[in-house]
Amino acid sequence: MAEFVPPTSEQEFHANFAQLKPRMNNTEALYESSRCLFCFDAPCIQACPTGIDIPQFIRQINTGNVTGAALTIYAANYFGNACGKVCPTEVLCEGACVYNLQEVKPIEIGRLQSFATRQVIESHKYLFEPGPPNGRKVAIIGAGPAGISCACELRALGYGVDVFEAKSQPSGLTVHGVAPYKITNEEVLAEMDYLQTQFGYRVQYNSPICSRPDLLALEEGYDAIFLGIGLGKTNALLLPGEERENCVGAVEFIEQLRREHHQILVGRKVIVLGGGNTAMDAASESARLGAEDVILAYRRSKEDMGAYDFEYDLAKSVGVKGLFNVAPVEIVGNGRVEGVKFIRTATVDGQVQAVPGSEFVEPCDMVIKATGQAKQTTFLGLIPGLQLDSKGRIVADTHTYQTTNPQYFASGDALNGGAEVVNAAAEAKVAARGIHHYLSAR
Amino acid sequence: MPDLSINFAGIKSPNPFWLASAPPTNSGYQVMKAFDAGWGGAVWKTLGVPVVNVSSRYGGVNYRDKRLIGFNNIELISDRPLVDNLREIEEVKKHFPHHAVIASLMVQSREEWHQIVRDVTSAGADGIELNFGCPHGMCERGMGSAVGQEPDVLRTIVEWVMEVAQIPVIVKLTPNISDVTEPARAAREGGADAISLINTIQSIVGVDLDLFAPYPIVDGKGTNGGYCGPAVKPIALNMVKNCAQDPYVQLPISGIGGIENWRDAVEHILLGASSVQVCTAAMHFGFGIIREMTAGLEQYMTEKGFHTIYDMVGKALPNVKHWEDLNLKYKVTANIHEDKCIGCQLCYTACEDGAHQAIALREGTRIPEIIEENCVGCNLCSLVCPVENCITMDRTDDGTEHLTWKERTLAGNIPTEFNDERAGGLHHWVPKPTAALGKEKHKTLPGKARQLELPTPEKAAMAKKE
Repeated sequence: MAEFVPPTSEQEFHANFAQLKPRMNNTEALYESSRCLFCFDAPCIQACPTGIDIPQFIRQINTGNVTGAALTIYAANYFGNACGKVCPTEVLCEGACVYNLQEVKPIEIGRLQSFATRQVIESHKYLFEPGPPNGRKVAIIGAGPAGISCACELRALGYGVDVFEAKSQPSGLTVHGVAPYKITNEEVLAEMDYLQTQFGYRVQYNSPICSRPDLLALEEGYDAIFLGIGLGKTNALLLPGEERENCVGAVEFIEQLRREHHQILVGRKVIVLGGGNTAMDAASESARLGAEDVILAYRRSKEDMGAYDFEYDLAKSVGVKGLFNVAPVEIVGNGRVEGVKFIRTATVDGQVQAVPGSEFVEPCDMVIKATGQAKQTTFLGLIPGLQLDSKGRIVADTHTYQTTNPQYFASGDALNGGAEVVNAAAEAKVAARGIHHYLSAR
Repeated sequence: MPDLSINFAGIKSPNPFWLASAPPTNSGYQVMKAFDAGWGGAVWKTLGVPVVNVSSRYGGVNYRDKRLIGFNNIELISDRPLVDNLREIEEVKKHFPHHAVIASLMVQSREEWHQIVRDVTSAGADGIELNFGCPHGMCERGMGSAVGQEPDVLRTIVEWVMEVAQIPVIVKLTPNISDVTEPARAAREGGADAISLINTIQSIVGVDLDLFAPYPIVDGKGTNGGYCGPAVKPIALNMVKNCAQDPYVQLPISGIGGIENWRDAVEHILLGASSVQVCTAAMHFGFGIIREMTAGLEQYMTEKGFHTIYDMVGKALPNVKHWEDLNLKYKVTANIHEDKCIGCQLCYTACEDGAHQAIALREGTRIPEIIEENCVGCNLCSLVCPVENCITMDRTDDGTEHLTWKERTLAGNIPTEFNDERAGGLHHWVPKPTAALGKEKHKTLPGKARQLELPTPEKAAMAKKE
């Protein structure tokens, strides 16, 4: 196979990782926006977790009011540009477009959304400003989609906001965890700059909050604390040989890829373990980095995979092969990865069972584990009275996202267990309103 | 094989498609090229005392993604010396003896009219068209639509022309008048052989939002121009019909206005035109559009069994009635075909806000429902529905009754007082005015949402996955 030559320069990298949803030009946006029917009580709005008034912004684009369109988008979703590119629009807004029922191509809502927002970002036209200071301060842990959305909303309400981020850049998954063919670093960071310039929250980078004294300082210095910490590292598989060189976690792999681009090395033959959307990303990315063979190995059937069909199709389109009904039992090799020993499986009454004696070794020189991310339960355990559910997710009021420790609010992956950027953005707005409600009532 | 040729008031042409007097017929080069492409005739850009034009000259009306659905110009008659035009007319006729070359003319005095009519006749023109329609620039000098708006002046000038005319004379009428049949009658009284209509409509196509000036802009200023293009066809069709139905006009009609394809041409012909003139479409897409127009017309005639153009001229006129002669007993009701509905609910909002509140939303589905007793059969829902044949207007009367307003008037059975029991809307259902309050504001709030029907079961299944 080897459809892609390993990229050796930034230019080659961008060619291999060309944007799936490239930027529309003005004519394209005019033509596409013309097609919107302006449905009543539009299904696309219903399908958007942030409830953007989509027919409204599309009509605004069509009438040449692109700034107004961006305002419509941002008023509902502070990650308007990023969501236009990274959202699974195929199953959200575009999947709900009534044109699907007529077997007509749905409106390219995501690209139109990014078209409008990118234009205002580049023009530096500011749409918002902080509300009049109300004298209260909120600390936000994590500068990801949840944290930044919450920060924007709180600033609009007049709160002083400090964001504490362990890494050196904002936007969390959007810049560290999303495949580079979905969005570029520059685009993500431009939106972050745009938001911060307008809302004026402070972000302290390289400032992990990880100890009880850290938390105590926040509890004493701030009226409320928002947890937008997301999830942790890739879950360990607890398999023999997992420590071998070139056996990596998907989250770590993608993060390194987003940071170092063509400078990272990928194996010639890569096996990706898992059947979720992250597995699809890791497999696509390996292929685009020039791996000769990429195999997606999943312990159940193709139909049972958690990934969206279009994500699997995307991986297949770059030559990724599927290996189903196999479970890894050992990462084999001598210091370095040389293969994965699998056992075939069968699903009996919904339970995956190994087929005795069916072991085989699939040779490879790299293994990427896309088998879920760990919950940050150790850290969360440092917060007094904070309740977690049986899966390690933060328990919170569904209307306010206030946790069982009233000073703490939460949203995003740490609360929902891992969902889309758009879910984090939507929940964080609700949480900010919850904080406002809580502090106003005091 | 149908015969497309026409003999329009004595002007012969291999097909009924003529280029209207305008920029596309500004030169012999263009007219030759057009004839070569298949056009049957050309009305030469208006000759007179040459003018000096401004720039820019054209303005456009774009609609959503469609460019130039309307168009206007502030260009005047030919800016080239008469002698050059006459020489080129002669040249064209040498190459195309069987095509129609019609000279459009616009001058002022009787002597000037006599001279120029003789000049173009000597040059070999097959006919003359008197430009009594230009609604900008020339009318301010007492010509163009200034003449077309004064039937007495129009008649006098036609009489001057007829004193010397040896070839057929067409009078081109302006639509910038309340009743187009008045100048049409005057043209007949003056002795004209035919009429053509419509010329452009006085217009401002738009205003620049930054420069605060109307389009087209000439050094920061603008003026009213002449409107044409697809957008004006409905106005043109009505005026063509008015002239064709008028017992005092009774002249061959050359139909002009919004003709861009064979269908537009057939519509003009069915309402009484026997030649058609095209300008904007040729300016937009070039002379090549004639291929589609003649092919489409030929196909239509074949399918309908029309042998000549004259088999179809005015065919729709008997069905164009006065409102008072329409059947009040005829009744249609909207019918939504659920298998075709895509749930956009445009019909609901249109009926709810723009018509008669005869469509309801139902819980659990996005497919709206017709409230039959409220439906007045107005057609709005079927017009806004984006799906072919999804909403049909089905006949619900039994066809046995026929009663017109005129008949009711004669029988003394029409409302005559302000609060008359015989008013049509008296027993219609209308919601209480206060029921409207708060409806719009809450339409997209959670809880009010209709059930979202995803396109396919697979997609629905996908959406459920985390």
